[in-house]
Amino acid sequence: MIRFDQVSKRYDGGHQALQTVNLALAAGEMAFLTGHSGAGKTTLLRLIALLERTSQGQVLIDGHNLARVKKRHIPYLRRQIGIIFQDHRLLADRSVFDNVAFPLLISGFSPRDSAGRVRAALDKVGLLHKENALPITLSGGEQQRVGIARAVVAKPAILLADEPTGNLDPALSQEIMDLFVQFNQVGVTVLIASHDLDLISRMGKRMLTLDKGQLVADSARVTQ
Amino acid sequence: MRRASKTAGAVFKPKRTSLLSWWKHHGLSAHGSALRIIQAPLGNLMTIMVIAIALALPSGLQVLISNIEGLTGGWQVSSQISVFMRHDIDAEQTDAIAEDLRRRDDVNRVDIITPEQALAEFQAHSGFAEALQTLESNPLPSVITVTPSAQATRDGRVGELQTHLASLNGVDNAQLDRNWLDRLAVIIQLAHRSILVIGTLLLIAVLLIVVNTIRLDIENRRQEIEIAKLIGATNAFVRRPFLYTGLWYGLCGAIIAVILVNIAVALLYGPASTLARLYGSSASPDFLGPVASLGLLLLGSILGLIGSFISVSRHLRAVEPS
Repeated sequence: MIRFDQVSKRYDGGHQALQTVNLALAAGEMAFLTGHSGAGKTTLLRLIALLERTSQGQVLIDGHNLARVKKRHIPYLRRQIGIIFQDHRLLADRSVFDNVAFPLLISGFSPRDSAGRVRAALDKVGLLHKENALPITLSGGEQQRVGIARAVVAKPAILLADEPTGNLDPALSQEIMDLFVQFNQVGVTVLIASHDLDLISRMGKRMLTLDKGQLVADSARVTQ
Repeated sequence: MRRASKTAGAVFKPKRTSLLSWWKHHGLSAHGSALRIIQAPLGNLMTIMVIAIALALPSGLQVLISNIEGLTGGWQVSSQISVFMRHDIDAEQTDAIAEDLRRRDDVNRVDIITPEQALAEFQAHSGFAEALQTLESNPLPSVITVTPSAQATRDGRVGELQTHLASLNGVDNAQLDRNWLDRLAVIIQLAHRSILVIGTLLLIAVLLIVVNTIRLDIENRRQEIEIAKLIGATNAFVRRPFLYTGLWYGLCGAIIAVILVNIAVALLYGPASTLARLYGSSASPDFLGPVASLGLLLLGSILGLIGSFISVSRHLRAVEPS
């Protein structure tokens, strides 16, 4: 589903974020991406969503080379990937319901058609009763769950999460991770960047470790 | 996998979204941007008023000028015909002709300028005083100035009168004195040209106001734009609400401009009608007509749209998700 072939990324300032990374994630697989801050976790996720382009090598999604995706077609790629951010990235002036409905609005669903999907997604993360609340009135854990509902509402095949439990206490973090496991169980490919080693080692999933831009460990196999 | 990569990219293309949903998003954007303007009435009203005044000034001046043009038809009342006598006609014969003319019903007033008066005036004003003193005889003819009656002017019989005067025995030439009317025409032409220049500058000002307001709007909603792009919004989707905002600014500004111009005409209506009457014209001032009003609304809307388009294409690209 996701495949990196000899991928390197060097930023304009000269910072080498990733160096010849090879990895492959099968459809329906769930994996954690770990490593110190600055190890390249975020960059790796950004390459998948075409928030950055590779300097060298290829990223393939479902067999399609992202280097060939034209700039004006990037939005259509992003619609097939659900992304969750550490800082939630919710629209502060819109209700929980409208936040979750936003991807459907972008994809051209009419408000009437999307209402059912939005409620299903909110129900899944346990926030159906808060659909009219503004994000600011929610706790950090709840806001993160709104972010997750927004990421899954359009039923993407891939779910990417960048430090989704960064600001949460252990119990809440566990809840969030359990949610990801549930989505993975219905066939979504999930890749989560996290430095919370305690938590992710308990999850019993594949672990990819980055260090200074290089993939130094892969619990599924020995790399390089 | 490798083989598939040869044809890659093609899947991430627009699915054919229905025309209906596209149309619906237009509706949502139009409605949403209108709501935004209403929700922050003070700041937006100021923008709209600046646009309104910038549009009202040139259109108001244009209305003023066309009203003046309407009046000048009546002002021919004060045009004069200068009748130049032949040199062999003496003062008594000139008096007799003038006396005949005074009895005509298409003539309002008749004056005689003798050669002596004419010479004195010429010496006083031309700067050739010394040169003229060397002349042995006065070369200037007697002149009768004839002012046509208001009725004759309105009926367009001045030309007829002029022809008649020219054909009289002892008359060398009859000239319709329209100098100052011609001057007025040039002044009006100049005013038209000035309005064109001022108007163009003010239209550019409107454009810049919209560009800048939309730029600030984009800056304020930067986070929202970033989020929209992160979750797969196309540039067109992000652009749409801003284009509508510009359209509303232009349209509202133009509506207020139409109102302002007509209020101004209403305020001037009384005095202007009186002035027209004093010059023998029954014309009353024109308001901004329906066609001109619609034109102004269209102009305002187009300017708003162009302004927001310039702003959006310059600034939206710069907002990339981080």
